[in-house]
Amino acid sequence: MTAPPVVVLDYGSGNLRSAVRALERAGADVTLTADRAAAQEAAGLVVPGVGAFRSCVEGIRSVRGHEVIGRRLAGGRPVLGICVGMQVLFEHGVEHGEDTAGLDEWPGVVERLQAPVVPHMGWNTVEAPEGSLLFDGIEDERFYFVHSYGVRDWTLRTHGRTRPPLVTWSEHGGDRFVAAVENGPLCATQFHPEKSGDAGARLLANWVGSLKAA
Amino acid sequence: MSLAVRVIPCLDVDGGRVVKGVNFQGLRDAGDPVELAKRYDAEGADELTFLDISASHEGRATTMEIVSATAEQVFIPLTVGGGVGSVEDVDRLLRAGADKVAVNTAAIARPDLVAEIADRFGSQVLVLSVDARRAGPGTATDSGFEVTTHGGRTSAGLDAIAWAKQAADLGAGEILLNAMDADGTREGFDVDLIRLVRAEVSIPVIASGGAGAAEHFPPAVEAGADAVLAASVFHFGTVAIAEVKDALRGAGHAVR
Repeated sequence: MTAPPVVVLDYGSGNLRSAVRALERAGADVTLTADRAAAQEAAGLVVPGVGAFRSCVEGIRSVRGHEVIGRRLAGGRPVLGICVGMQVLFEHGVEHGEDTAGLDEWPGVVERLQAPVVPHMGWNTVEAPEGSLLFDGIEDERFYFVHSYGVRDWTLRTHGRTRPPLVTWSEHGGDRFVAAVENGPLCATQFHPEKSGDAGARLLANWVGSLKAA
Repeated sequence: MSLAVRVIPCLDVDGGRVVKGVNFQGLRDAGDPVELAKRYDAEGADELTFLDISASHEGRATTMEIVSATAEQVFIPLTVGGGVGSVEDVDRLLRAGADKVAVNTAAIARPDLVAEIADRFGSQVLVLSVDARRAGPGTATDSGFEVTTHGGRTSAGLDAIAWAKQAADLGAGEILLNAMDADGTREGFDVDLIRLVRAEVSIPVIASGGAGAAEHFPPAVEAGADAVLAASVFHFGTVAIAEVKDALRGAGHAVR
């Protein structure tokens, strides 16, 4: 089987080397680029992100990544957001009292975690729902998180014909937040699968395995 | 369900080679940081820390190559510290493949550096490394602990607890707390120091210095540490990472 082509969107966000290598290890043919045609055509698009919500949104918009994401989703083409790359998919984010519009693929707000020790940093367990593709075989594993903000209330309700999104939760210091979302072609994780050892490798392999090879 | 206590081996790297003897059986090259990183990953390390002690420009350039090679082969978080003095230094290390960067002396000289790094890259990349010792006569501080430089030999004239709090307020994402009095004694962590810092900051605290046996680790966590770091006990094989995790688990703490 040919390795499915995957583009990691390069908009100047921190350490991307690990994401590229981890996806290669998961069986993808990876290109790190901001080229819109390549990002549009790939079997899968990964949107990484570290640092501030606002600077990630600005970075993605500066390479017109939001348009690529929108067009891919309209055509049912898979997109995977990681960490702040997940957060920016929501309607808006509030950091240091500053409210920034996100890419608005999902309703909801990214806000500061309410826990005694923040950032939430380290290996935590998750509660994955029945039927999760991403967590298949790794439901009981720990994943590496590092974030101070999160989505503490999932508000998207679907009715009738559409399959409801699968939402995976985690908890830190009494606060619950979204750890991952699987919503048709749009998937995302708050944790870093590329830093989560063998469990993260399996999650990425689960995602890459769902992509159609070119 | 709760966050696991992180167990972190620290490697001192000079010119691309691990210094302080490493005594692992079956390693082709015990001085190769990449090979050691892979070994610790396989043994269950939750993160890795490289401390670059190179004095030369060439040595530091080699460290960059080591960071890149490690990031390509080891899929757990990597922190790099040693001689980080500017936002540009942080940028280079992150691009090379570091996930977090530890800052020490340069932040003491110019605390705004903490805020500058946090503003540019986010708090999550910034570990403030504090070398603390009990203050002696003539250098007394409110908490009884002071910040040192030059490997614990020189007083920086700062209260260690106040400095940790100030750095957290400026945007540090984590405190790496090195107890210089305990360092190398192998008699256990300085739980008084950990407790004082824990009471003042709400960011994660990594306890370092003094580990000599597996049973030394749970008291550090009970004093408030979110993670525990050690060097020589792991390198010399005195204590295996799995033994530390067994001891933590036995004391009721979550581990991976």
